[in-house]
Amino acid sequence: MMEAFDDLLWSYQSLIYGLGTNAILGLSMYAVLQLGQLSLGQAAFMGIGAYTGTLLTLKLGLPFPLVLAGAAVVPAMAAALIGGPTLKLSGVHLAIATIGLGEVLRVAYINTEALGGALGLSGIPEKSSFWIIFGLLAVILVAFILASRSKIGRACEAIREDEDTARVMGIDVAAYKMTALVISAALAGLAGALNAHFSSFIGPNEFAFETAVSILSFAILGGVTTPFGPVLGAFVLTALPEVLRPLHDFRLVFNGLIIVLVVIFLPKGILGFRIRRTG
Amino acid sequence: MLKVHSVTRAFTGLVAVDNVSFEVAPNTIHALIGPNGAGKTTMFNMVSGLLAVSGGEIAFQGHDVTRAPPHVRAALGMGRTFQNLRVFSEMTVLENVLTGMHPRLGVAWPLAVLRAPRARVEEKEAVAKALALLDKVGIAEHAARPAADLAYGDQRRLEIARALASAPALLLLDEPAAGMNPTETAALGDLLQTLRAEGLTILLVEHDMGFVMRLSDSLTVLNFGKKIAEGGPDAIRTDPTVVEAYLGTKVARKLMEAGR
Repeated sequence: MMEAFDDLLWSYQSLIYGLGTNAILGLSMYAVLQLGQLSLGQAAFMGIGAYTGTLLTLKLGLPFPLVLAGAAVVPAMAAALIGGPTLKLSGVHLAIATIGLGEVLRVAYINTEALGGALGLSGIPEKSSFWIIFGLLAVILVAFILASRSKIGRACEAIREDEDTARVMGIDVAAYKMTALVISAALAGLAGALNAHFSSFIGPNEFAFETAVSILSFAILGGVTTPFGPVLGAFVLTALPEVLRPLHDFRLVFNGLIIVLVVIFLPKGILGFRIRRTG
Repeated sequence: MLKVHSVTRAFTGLVAVDNVSFEVAPNTIHALIGPNGAGKTTMFNMVSGLLAVSGGEIAFQGHDVTRAPPHVRAALGMGRTFQNLRVFSEMTVLENVLTGMHPRLGVAWPLAVLRAPRARVEEKEAVAKALALLDKVGIAEHAARPAADLAYGDQRRLEIARALASAPALLLLDEPAAGMNPTETAALGDLLQTLRAEGLTILLVEHDMGFVMRLSDSLTVLNFGKKIAEGGPDAIRTDPTVVEAYLGTKVARKLMEAGR
């Protein structure tokens, strides 16, 4: 049994690991979307985490748990820094400001010799394992489920539905938004470092606009009414190109088509059910 | 309880509230009345903190709250409802009231997330309190339904229950009787009197004059952003400036003459 599992892992390793890290990225999107905040900075935070983790491994040779901690903390601090000015924005304005962040960082990576410039950094040792990736995913998922069923989940839903009313109800909306952004950045950074430590290479273009949109589509496809949605969305959109491999270049068309169909026919995502927020 | 001192709010090209002062005494029902566009809702938004003042001070229970954000005022004991319905429509009725209880749920967030025994006890008590409040406003049987499914009058009652959930000392009600039929309005009046008897202070904006005059201990009248009168219901009813503001100069003069 274990042997068969190991064989499967070996054959489809990068796909299976990708399912896990993309699910964590989906949850990082969920952290902000559940407050109704459309932040497209996830790819940027993922990049900060990937570069931080890679440098900690390559230059300092730190043990992997410390590398992962650093890869979560540094983007979280970046989020806390940019959160002040950007969280006053909402809707499209916040989306554009966070896209800007991604572009600024991409150009910065390209022009920084120590970060490998346009070539990126390669030769990253493989340290991510199935159990680390899926263990972390499970812990994060359970934490989100528990939080969403507590008073925190109620406050988040209140903010998403009607911000002013939430404020009058005594909810510190600014603090919730900041915390959500910081958590979301930490998760994206974590996923970035996990990714770097099994793909062995990172480059500036991996964390650009296209990635930001992919991460958003995980959440949109699965739905953000529960934490399960973005995980399922990430699984589907990660596995789909492999399943559709016989279609060659047309498979990306299917990706797009599925998202369009879901948005039209299931506006709340595939898993559009509501989670109970009592007890 | 509440002291509004020389409060002004200017928008570009318009002074919506101009140098208005009034005080709400504890354990009374105080009404803010005036024709449409008098600045009542603007005043409400400044008192609850959704809108910054352009000048003046607001003190609540001895604290200067002029610059305090809404959630701080809520924690100090201020609850409010809105003129247009603002229930959280996707939540259940019970969850709406529990959300209103937010500033009174003191268990630290890690304990709440991990469902520590203390958090469970607090949550259980909160649910019991919320159900009692729903019972008080008369919609307990709808507790598990999505708030959007409630009839209009019941959504208004839900808003009141949600505002009461934070155990406020001062309740701000923005046109609570709007869109209610006479039976519902009468029931609302009874509820407000019960709440006052229990020690609550209420600040009310309302267009239904019969309702306001019957319930209020004192009134402040606004017109074009300025305070034009204040006093008890009897004094306000016969105040010539008030009658004029509502009915216009001509009708007012005729009425006064007819009254002689």
